[in-house]
Amino acid sequence: MNKLSKYVLAIAVSAFLVNCGNNNNTKNSSAMTSSKAEKVYVAPGEHDEYYGFMSGGYSGNITVYGIPSGRMLKEIPVFSQFPTSGYGYSEETKPMLNTSFGFVPWGDSHHPDISQTNGELDGRWIFINENNTPRIARVSLATFETEEIIEIPNSAGNHASSFITENTEYIVAGTRFAVPNPQKDMPINEMKGKFKGPLSFVSIADNGRLNLDFQLNMPGFNYDLSHPGRGKSHGWFFFTSYNTEEANTLLEVNASQNDKDFIAAINWKKIVEYVKNGGGTKVDGKYAHNIYDEKTHTATSTIKEGVISVDPRDVEGSVFYIPIPKSPHGCDVDPTGQYIVGSGKLSTDLSVYDFDKIQTAIANKDYEGDAYGIPILSYENTLAGVVQQPGLGPLHTEFDGKGNAYTTFFISSEVVKWKLGTWEILDRQPTFYSVGHLMIPGGNSRKPFGKYLIAMNKITKDRYLPTGPELEHSAQLYDISGDKMELLLDFPTHGEPHYAAGIRADIIKEKSKKYYELAENEHPYVAKSEADAKVTRNGNEVHINMTMIRSHFAPDNIEGIKVGDKVYFHLTNLEQDFDVPHGFSMIGANTSEILVMPGQTKTIVWEPKREGVWPFYCTDFCSALHQEMQGYIRVSGKNSNTPLKYTLDE
Amino acid sequence: MKSASILMIIGSALLLGLFIFPLWSITLEAPQYPSGIGMNIHLDGLVGKEKHDLQNIDGLNHYIGMSKLPKPNEMWEFSVFPMVVGGMALFGILLGFLGLLKGISPKWFLGWLILMVILGVLGMYDFNAWMVDYGTNLDPKAIMKMTDANGNPLSYKPPLFGTRHILNFVAHSYPHTGAYMMGFGMFLTFIAYWLGNKKMKTVKA
Repeated sequence: MNKLSKYVLAIAVSAFLVNCGNNNNTKNSSAMTSSKAEKVYVAPGEHDEYYGFMSGGYSGNITVYGIPSGRMLKEIPVFSQFPTSGYGYSEETKPMLNTSFGFVPWGDSHHPDISQTNGELDGRWIFINENNTPRIARVSLATFETEEIIEIPNSAGNHASSFITENTEYIVAGTRFAVPNPQKDMPINEMKGKFKGPLSFVSIADNGRLNLDFQLNMPGFNYDLSHPGRGKSHGWFFFTSYNTEEANTLLEVNASQNDKDFIAAINWKKIVEYVKNGGGTKVDGKYAHNIYDEKTHTATSTIKEGVISVDPRDVEGSVFYIPIPKSPHGCDVDPTGQYIVGSGKLSTDLSVYDFDKIQTAIANKDYEGDAYGIPILSYENTLAGVVQQPGLGPLHTEFDGKGNAYTTFFISSEVVKWKLGTWEILDRQPTFYSVGHLMIPGGNSRKPFGKYLIAMNKITKDRYLPTGPELEHSAQLYDISGDKMELLLDFPTHGEPHYAAGIRADIIKEKSKKYYELAENEHPYVAKSEADAKVTRNGNEVHINMTMIRSHFAPDNIEGIKVGDKVYFHLTNLEQDFDVPHGFSMIGANTSEILVMPGQTKTIVWEPKREGVWPFYCTDFCSALHQEMQGYIRVSGKNSNTPLKYTLDE
Repeated sequence: MKSASILMIIGSALLLGLFIFPLWSITLEAPQYPSGIGMNIHLDGLVGKEKHDLQNIDGLNHYIGMSKLPKPNEMWEFSVFPMVVGGMALFGILLGFLGLLKGISPKWFLGWLILMVILGVLGMYDFNAWMVDYGTNLDPKAIMKMTDANGNPLSYKPPLFGTRHILNFVAHSYPHTGAYMMGFGMFLTFIAYWLGNKKMKTVKA
């Protein structure tokens, strides 16, 4: 134990003793505790006030929580295979994980963002980015299923993503690792001036369809985080960048040398106009575009070629750099769109920029110089103010819509509340421990809900019962409705939530789908009734159109399957009621089970390897006769001539 | 006599509400069906409270061997009842107009009402008979064969009127809008008779 932590421990122990010695205090604090408990207590059968959607980080998924109870409601598979439902294992969903590199069974999900209309959350979709193999996903908030994934070519480390503009016009992707663009075989230490940092703009159609519109081929810095302008600054996007040193090794030292890095201010509307008028050049770029169709219950993956690349210097007045101290991380825009908060993570101050001043500086050509031909605006003349000495290691800021901002400090492990305009610090609360991102439901829109704040911590240590060396991450819920923040609840989170999005529950809960209409099922292998169930052989491929209803499969006895066959089980759940899924699993299948929702069809493949009679069964306790929901498949030798036969209750 | 005849027209016309609104409602409640499951009985067939409720009731009932709920073409009642109700409504309206134009005796109104009550009782009797059959005529291969304390097979007949516990469900069986309109209409026709009769007496005196 080093000296510093001994001191901290000594102070903590003495604080504990002082508290214990004071009976009155204990009484007060227990009264306080009970009111805190009431604030997070959601009675049995009642619903939470907010949905919280947390990124799963290295789980590749999104987890859904009820706020304020902190109860986990669901894990939505997005970028990772999920054997619980068969996502990424079923024939229908395997294409969702296809990329230009082939099938990638895993992803690193980072920053969820909910669709907006006029700068307010509308609850149609939630988007999330994948960092490792750059991708953006769109998840329906009616079905809570991933409906679309688009890969971002020419990019590496899609971190400054997936933030959307205030009418869900565009969603952005960045590149956290400068890379050769186009990729080529070259010495790493020659990166300076040769690598690029393309920023991608993906348009979103009214039906949600994503389209990679263009890539802005920026200088090769590391683009870390971003946020759209809103209100008066709608039409602009702001990206933080670090490693403006363009170091290629030992970045923790070599990328920390410049006194200031940059925020890139991008007038995307201007560039969209430029591209619409034929601007930009088509460059190479191979990427997968995967779309899940709710009617066929099937995803298709299309590999696309080429992307429009725009040189930022070709569009006069569209791209500027603003100096910001010390390797910034978060880049957050307040609800009015007036202020842009940059968090220099190695700085002790927070720099806040004024959108109007940025516009004036641009109009006056108030430049400090340029970086690769991109004008650098004056730091002093764009600055709105500095929050002095708020803490150590500022990362992210969210807003409550009442003129206050809340910033997380990783190193000093706290959330600090401060006032926009006066830059005074109003309150600070410790987090447990080392907070990364924070989320206020709607805190990233024109109308934050401003009641709760959730801190997502990177370090858990002793917060819960120990579970060996590997721990879940920890989140803290604060009540921010009063002048001071009040810590209400601790709850573990799955994977590593890098960011979260929250929304008032009533905006989406009535639209939540209960089941799929069987009559609208357009799956090519659907069996809409037991009469449609069948088995067909095509060479060594066998397709079984099977139905499931409480509590049997049809057919449930199949003969004439041979070793070496490729057997496709196409399962249709005939139920048309809320919460009556059926599962399916086959002994020895090298895939997963599949969980089939009412009205849905899903397919899993089995390649029988041994002769015999092999059972299959329903994996979801569906009814009182769930244990009876089973069947047999007779597997004969490769060259046998057992006739194909399938029956139910013969 | 004028107001009595108008009441007769309105009263019998209210029967036509049965062509729009359900006659009867049966709702089943159980813990795992927090919003209930049920059906409305219309003159010409059964309709689930929610889109797939009929199918889901059949799904539940297959455990205890009850037959499937009838489709409109599987019960003669669903084609005859609309004709009876429509015919009676038109007949009542016709009587009302005759009262208005020709001044027929209000006893005609009473006669219509008595006929209507007889038909109503017959309808209820028929409905109850169907429910007895539906609730007791069970598949011998039923998955669950439940018996009462005396070893007799349980009856799953929903109540004709009222609330009853059936295994894990509570069944509520009550008239719906169409029946209330019919009842109120029949009451109006009685008022029509009473009013007409009083006026006749006054005129005679």
